[in-house]
Amino acid sequence: MSQETATAEGGFWSDSGKTGIGSWIFSTDHKRIGLMYLYCVLSFFMVGVLLGVLIRLELIAPGPTIVTAQTYNALFTVHGVVMIFLFIIPGIPASFGNLVLPIQLGARDVAFPRVNLFSWWLYVIGAVIVLVSLFTGGGAPDTGWTFYVPFSARTTTNVSLAVFGVFILGFSSILTGINFVTTIHRMRAPGMTWTRIPLFTWSLYATAWVQILATPIIAITLLLVVTERILGLGLFDPSRGGDPIMFQHMFWIYSHPAVYIMILPGMGVISDIIPVFSRKPIFGYKMIAFSSLAIAAAGSAVWGHHMYTSGMSDLGVMVFSFLTFLVAIPSAIKVFNWVSTMYKGSISLEAPMLFALSFILLFSIGGLSGLILGAASTDIHVHDTHFVVGHFHYVMFGGTGFAFFAAAHYWLPKYFGRRYEEKPAIIGWVLMFIGFNVLYFTMQVLGMEGMPRRYYDYLPEFARLNFVATVGSWIMVAGILIVLWNLWRGLLKGEPFTGNPWGGATLEWSIPTPPPTENFEEDPVVTHGPYDFKGAGVP
Amino acid sequence: MSHLEKDAFGAKLGMWLFLFTEILLFGGVFLLYSVYLAKYPKEFGLGGKQLDLVYGATNTVVLLTSSLFAAMSVTAIKRGAKKATLSLLTGTIGCAFIFLFIKYLEWSAKIHHGIYPNSPKLIEGPPGESIFFGLYYLTTGLHGIHVIIGSVLMAWTAVMVQREVLHAGDNVTLENVTLYWHLVDLVWIFIFPLYYLIL
Ligand code: HEM
Ligand SMILES: [Cu+2]
Repeated sequence: MSQETATAEGGFWSDSGKTGIGSWIFSTDHKRIGLMYLYCVLSFFMVGVLLGVLIRLELIAPGPTIVTAQTYNALFTVHGVVMIFLFIIPGIPASFGNLVLPIQLGARDVAFPRVNLFSWWLYVIGAVIVLVSLFTGGGAPDTGWTFYVPFSARTTTNVSLAVFGVFILGFSSILTGINFVTTIHRMRAPGMTWTRIPLFTWSLYATAWVQILATPIIAITLLLVVTERILGLGLFDPSRGGDPIMFQHMFWIYSHPAVYIMILPGMGVISDIIPVFSRKPIFGYKMIAFSSLAIAAAGSAVWGHHMYTSGMSDLGVMVFSFLTFLVAIPSAIKVFNWVSTMYKGSISLEAPMLFALSFILLFSIGGLSGLILGAASTDIHVHDTHFVVGHFHYVMFGGTGFAFFAAAHYWLPKYFGRRYEEKPAIIGWVLMFIGFNVLYFTMQVLGMEGMPRRYYDYLPEFARLNFVATVGSWIMVAGILIVLWNLWRGLLKGEPFTGNPWGGATLEWSIPTPPPTENFEEDPVVTHGPYDFKGAGVP
Repeated sequence: MSHLEKDAFGAKLGMWLFLFTEILLFGGVFLLYSVYLAKYPKEFGLGGKQLDLVYGATNTVVLLTSSLFAAMSVTAIKRGAKKATLSLLTGTIGCAFIFLFIKYLEWSAKIHHGIYPNSPKLIEGPPGESIFFGLYYLTTGLHGIHVIIGSVLMAWTAVMVQREVLHAGDNVTLENVTLYWHLVDLVWIFIFPLYYLIL
């Protein structure tokens, strides 16, 4: 296996001979598209973080603090919309998926490179529309990211435009999913059997199916909100014979599976990182791959757990509760397999591994608190409290968010040919981890004690814990800033990153750094599994 | 697999996946339809009687014919018959225009009778009726948009055939556009009985 060395100027950065912005925004190279996604997604993440900090700042003390109640409603709505639709859903699949998936399969690009570029454009257009909606019309939407009717059909804020932007983002997500499924089915290198596909790519396969099967439902639901607002069809309006609960059903038929669009790719990242930094083949490869599909399938039937309190039949509640518990099984399988992989491994605690380990812990806390929400009896107590907010931040940010940073430290040096510094990465990680728990664990306690969510003001007895949570948010943001600054500086000017320093056995580590435009000089022939380090000749 | 040769199978796989998402999109509307039908069977029956069966049936025939033309254009291009392909595509687009024109007549007649979203007549009428017509306008409107998109795609492929970018050796784009057209047809095949023939 040849290990060529290239400098940061080499590879796909320059060998198409083209430079300038046009060579990026019109490029069909999956690596360039992946990086463009990455830059956009990170920018929106920073916007979302800023809004999150503002929400927390408002809640630092009871009573009005920094904004008005209306602005507060807009803040948590826009924070939610940005984080969900602009950061976490496209986050790992569109950026790291595009960067890594074709190479892990031994392909030169995705199946439809031009469609790929088109979906990036759709993403940008959708995002711009969402941003425009904040500053035009009747002002930023104030419905919460769930756009529940009847409020979303009536409010005079700029909901129609925002919802239309999200519709376009959904289209982009669908096209990425179709592209990945087709690529995985048609473009695998000789020898890349289904049981030799790296687990990150496996997780993207399951994710892509959810993107294809669930997104159209949100598309039509959002169109319905727009038609309700513009034409007044009355489909969700009880005074006209419509049923607002139907909206909730349709919304969650998408949005619960969407949770798996958010978390599955993160799990895939962890499944690729843990074995490499434990120097051991993954434990239970097939079960991990299979559990991704099981999560995707079972997760499609549990949307009703968001609606226990909206007046479902008792039988309905029991069925949805039971199904919800079933989803915990494949998730737990993954956690046990990661832990078993590390058992007796020689673990090296570098930045990607630290983020991966904290993923396991935070995701487990999020998952366990999910069981409290999945059981109807306890959910009725904590429904729509800060407990829920704490829960989903543990899953989405502690899970996918940390996996995103793990992926950034693990793969980006490969694409830039330079690496970040280890020490600031670890300091940033420590701050993120501590701040995170101070912030969101406190929120869970607050919720248990009865503090509702999406409230501008609260009772004086919640004051102390709210103060603690807000201080936690500062610590966490300090960590995020250090991590991002360190990555940015390192990838531009850091030490050269060559060869296969992590010792990975998947295909991306067998090609030059940074990868050339065509990825492979000759089409590779795969002779070993993705975690067969001996077979790959990794010492 | 090298990227140099075109993967026609892959292209069709992608198209099928996309069509699946379109079916799900309409599936959302049909889901609403089934829930509200269970809730308001009587009003839905009465609403269906107010729709014009002649318009609906004619449009069904027109659309089926267009699908036939589209299917024949695929066989034609595979035989290398460029002229026949072009006229068949023109036929398809022609049918699409007839369809849209009839739809226009139908909608104007309804609107003329005071039946349109948010109209006083519907607001005062029984709730189920307003739901029925709300869904009717929504579904046929969404379908109409798909007819328009399909026609644009057809016209674009016709240009490609004319310029011989698409030919007997490479016709997967035409096949895919035709698949899309069949989907538009298929959705209508559901709309017609659900709205016009409901008893
Ligand atoms: C610095 C980081 C963050 C802070 C300080 C923060 C804080 C908050 C707060 C205080 C709320 C409002 C809770 C409520 O009243 O209901 C909230 C809501 C939310 N956050 Fe975050 N968050 C952060 C990061 C994230 C990330 C990374 C994601 C996505 C992965 C996210 C997704 C959401 C969502 C979806 C909501 C719900 C909005 C709604 O209720 O409509 N947040 N966040
Ligand atoms: Cu859920």
